[in-house]
Amino acid sequence: MKLYVPLDSAAVALGADDVAAAIRAEADRRGLDLTLVRNGSRGMVWLEPLVELETDAGRMAFGPMTPADVPALFDNPEGHTRALGLTEALPWMARQTRLTFARVGVTDPLSLADYEAHGGLRGLKRALTMTPAQVVQEVTESGLRGRGGAGFPTGIKWKTVHDAPAAQKYIVCNADEGDSATFADRMLMEGDPLTLIEGMAIAGIAVGATRGYVYTRSEYPVAIEMMRQAIAVARAAGVLGARVLGSDHAFDMEVRVGAGAYVCGEETSLLNSLEGKRGVVRAKPPLPALQGFMGQPTVVNNVISLASVPVILDKGAAFYQDFGLGRSRGTMALQLAGNVKHGGLFEAAFGLSLGEIVNDIGGGTASGRPVKAVQVGGPLGAWFPPALFDTPFTYEDFAAKDGLIGHAGLTVADDSLDMLAMARFAMEFCAIESCGKCTPCRIGAVRGVETLDRVAAGDASALPLLTDLCNTMKAGSLCALGGFTPYPVMSAVTHFPDDFARAREAAE
Amino acid sequence: MSATPSLGAAQTQTLHEILEAHRGMEGALLPILHAVQAAFGHVPEAALPIIAQDQAISRAEAHGVMSFYHDFRTEPAGRTVLKLCRAEACQSVGADALADHAREKLGIDWHETTANGTVTLEPVFCLGLCACGPAAMVNGKLVGRADAAKLDAILEEVR
Ligand SMILES: Cc1cc2nc3c(=O)[nH]c(=O)nc-3n(C[C@H](O)[C@H](O)[C@H](O)COP(=O)(O)O)c2cc1C
Ligand code: FES
Repeated sequence: MKLYVPLDSAAVALGADDVAAAIRAEADRRGLDLTLVRNGSRGMVWLEPLVELETDAGRMAFGPMTPADVPALFDNPEGHTRALGLTEALPWMARQTRLTFARVGVTDPLSLADYEAHGGLRGLKRALTMTPAQVVQEVTESGLRGRGGAGFPTGIKWKTVHDAPAAQKYIVCNADEGDSATFADRMLMEGDPLTLIEGMAIAGIAVGATRGYVYTRSEYPVAIEMMRQAIAVARAAGVLGARVLGSDHAFDMEVRVGAGAYVCGEETSLLNSLEGKRGVVRAKPPLPALQGFMGQPTVVNNVISLASVPVILDKGAAFYQDFGLGRSRGTMALQLAGNVKHGGLFEAAFGLSLGEIVNDIGGGTASGRPVKAVQVGGPLGAWFPPALFDTPFTYEDFAAKDGLIGHAGLTVADDSLDMLAMARFAMEFCAIESCGKCTPCRIGAVRGVETLDRVAAGDASALPLLTDLCNTMKAGSLCALGGFTPYPVMSAVTHFPDDFARAREAAE
Repeated sequence: MSATPSLGAAQTQTLHEILEAHRGMEGALLPILHAVQAAFGHVPEAALPIIAQDQAISRAEAHGVMSFYHDFRTEPAGRTVLKLCRAEACQSVGADALADHAREKLGIDWHETTANGTVTLEPVFCLGLCACGPAAMVNGKLVGRADAAKLDAILEEVR
């Protein structure tokens, strides 16, 4: 009997370890030969812990499971009250285009044999038959853009590092994933860490870097552990080391852990932190691509950017760039979070409308109340009202509506959410997390909180002040922490004016 | 003015082992601080000059780095560290009310430790459990869909 119980943090937070223990105990009691695989999550968080049973017809899903549901799984799986049918046939799975997340939830995350049986290492092997310049070219032609938020073309960044002469270059994976509503990096590192390793090795070969770092967060203990173990597996198998897969290319990597500073997700702050310094933002130029870690040419890419590279090298640039809309090519790992009926990870080609994502895929709110607003792109992203639900999910379309897609996290909220409170929170968050290097961010955010408190107290003259303040922060901040905090603030003011007028009316 | 308390012999020994283990590492300061905190529960004031000397930086620099990061504490925490997510996705499913409940129940505010030293309450901005919030972390253990009842049960256990 072969069963799968996710080790993914979300599944564990909902009781997966207890379910796994109950399964082991039940198998023991019955004297059954059990193979229990701790896999990644399929991304249907509302069904976690989601247990899968291998059958001749395919894997059958059961969820959400509790320890009490376990015995029945051994008696009569088909008739189980938690039986959902074949996993792959579930609408959530069938509707996706899983390129980057193809193996997440499917394989044993630390089994290289499983990895290769599901297409792993094919991209790296192909890259080793090409010149580094050809690898860079392939990534450029795929249309892949940075999935960390800024959307910069990955191939162009790589070319800069490729062309920079230096004795030592680096690949730094930005796995700091601090945005609320995002967990794609975490899910990938927990569920298919070998893909990130393969992507980083390909990046190293392409630009001539022999060392890599994954900089992740202390809030991600499971991801840290899985990455470390997977690196050891890859090293033992010769995927990493002095001769990558027996080639003349050397590449090795390690995991580094941040210490609870949101701003360290900003790439130059991250590099300072990695060097053992305060995580303050560096002025650009110089670009990290030319003077990055230890002053050397460095590729800094998000987890999902790097983890999308193996499939691009395996199936070719044309295959990847065939998905998407406009200048947003390929797929995006959408993360549905907050007050949403069906929360989780859904990988799809760019171009779905926001309304389709929230209502069709997400099923609306979990509370059953009307959707009031959706924040797209984390704490620096704008709040979108249902009136803008026809916006297609692409970098350009969201920018055109004064928003951003960021790392593709979506916080759904119902009509009980107070947008003035959320605007205040955005300013408060910026004040707490500011690295302190530039005044518009450091001081502006504190003033922002004060100004919003005045609005809340009914002071009508404070709103124009808030707008001015936001303009100053936008124009004068060194990085997007201060520069983009006006997005959630001003979108709340623009789209939900009633929430800002209520106190004023009460005061008048 | 109180003099900086010095480390005991055992602690000094541990610290030197940690420094030795990080010898030659690029950008070793954060890993060292993490290791020290893992060993001692906090980063003792008296450890900083030794770490600074080892890393060939000034004591002020070492202090500057340590104080920049929310994770590092100068004082030991309570036996249980309860982290509650305060970020947007968790707010949209009631994290604020849950935090109010926790603060009232414990009689402490953020970053404080109960008088009997059992629980320290820390805010956290996202645990990556945003599709099953409100999220919490109790001594490293993850809790999804936290509510007052779950929290009370946890606090009862660690009392
Ligand atoms: C305040 C702030 C936080 C950021 N946090 C992250 C993060 O957690 N992960 C990430 O990949 N990029 C983050 N970024 C964007 C990075 O600066 C950078 O654009 C990205 O790592 C580049 O990789 P990509 O091109 O693959 O997206 C952040 C930016 C800012 C201003
Ligand atoms: S917002 Fe609370 S876990 Fe992400």
